[in-house]
Amino acid sequence: MDLIRRLFSAALVAGVLSGTAVSVVQQVTTVPLILEAEKYEVTVPVAPPPAAAAPTSPPAPAATGHEHHGHAAPERSLGEGVPTTAEEALNRVMTTVAANLLTGVAYGLLIAGVMLLIGERVDARRGLLWGAAGFFAFALAPAYGLPPELPGMAGAQLEARQLWWIATAVCSAGGLLALAFARPPALLAAGVVAIVLPHLVGAPHPEAPAGAVPPELAAHFVSASLGGAALFWAILGSATGFMLNRIVGGDDFDDDFE
Amino acid sequence: MTIRSLRSTAATTSRTAVAAFAAMLFGSFILYGVGFAQPQQIHDAAHDARHSFAFPCH
Repeated sequence: MDLIRRLFSAALVAGVLSGTAVSVVQQVTTVPLILEAEKYEVTVPVAPPPAAAAPTSPPAPAATGHEHHGHAAPERSLGEGVPTTAEEALNRVMTTVAANLLTGVAYGLLIAGVMLLIGERVDARRGLLWGAAGFFAFALAPAYGLPPELPGMAGAQLEARQLWWIATAVCSAGGLLALAFARPPALLAAGVVAIVLPHLVGAPHPEAPAGAVPPELAAHFVSASLGGAALFWAILGSATGFMLNRIVGGDDFDDDFE
Repeated sequence: MTIRSLRSTAATTSRTAVAAFAAMLFGSFILYGVGFAQPQQIHDAAHDARHSFAFPCH
């Protein structure tokens, strides 16, 4: 139980540090772009003729498959997603921060568990390499097939994209672990195949891209998202490595023989 | 590898595996909740974080 507790506290510390840092960066990079993009996320024309205001009017093509609030509000006005009161805005920031912290702890638990399974010594510097691998597996590789999306962008069916995202992350992580720690050439080759395979299969994309978000916003968002993820993973990896320095790699047992 | 570290390796293998899998299982569970679960309230709360982390959101 002691080992579990130390793993969880390592993940907690690393997750809170990385989640906090990425929250600050997000609020000045990705979140303003999300709020801006939501202005384009409308389900009926902005200045509709009187008849179009009926709740039964069909959604515009650009908005299909992209409903924030179900069918409750089919005639959203321009920019409705943007918080209007201070309380709404604060609430939105707080839930986003909470989600970031949870994401940090979750990835921290995953990386700490794998570090323990692999059993190689870790410290802050080696942890940085683990973080780089995490960035590749959970941010760069999925984004290579499914670019980070703003609200209002057209995408293929959600379940298909989620499945491809998870499969790509798992394959990339497994492939990198094989390349980093396996010795048999067959396993190394399998690692390369695992990394490449999801991209050969290809990510699910909509038949006709018809998003309403300006391409400049979307392009800016992709780099902002990946930049934030890079910072997040750098902190998460090195903090986890630092926290597990005395735990993973047998230091506790081998110290008196060295 | 010393005899003592061999012995301790054998003794801690199962303990290590249990701890590692517990952490990974719990981590996956949280990650699924934050990044992938679709109930409206979870989706709305995690919305901006999901987009920023490039989880497929909608």
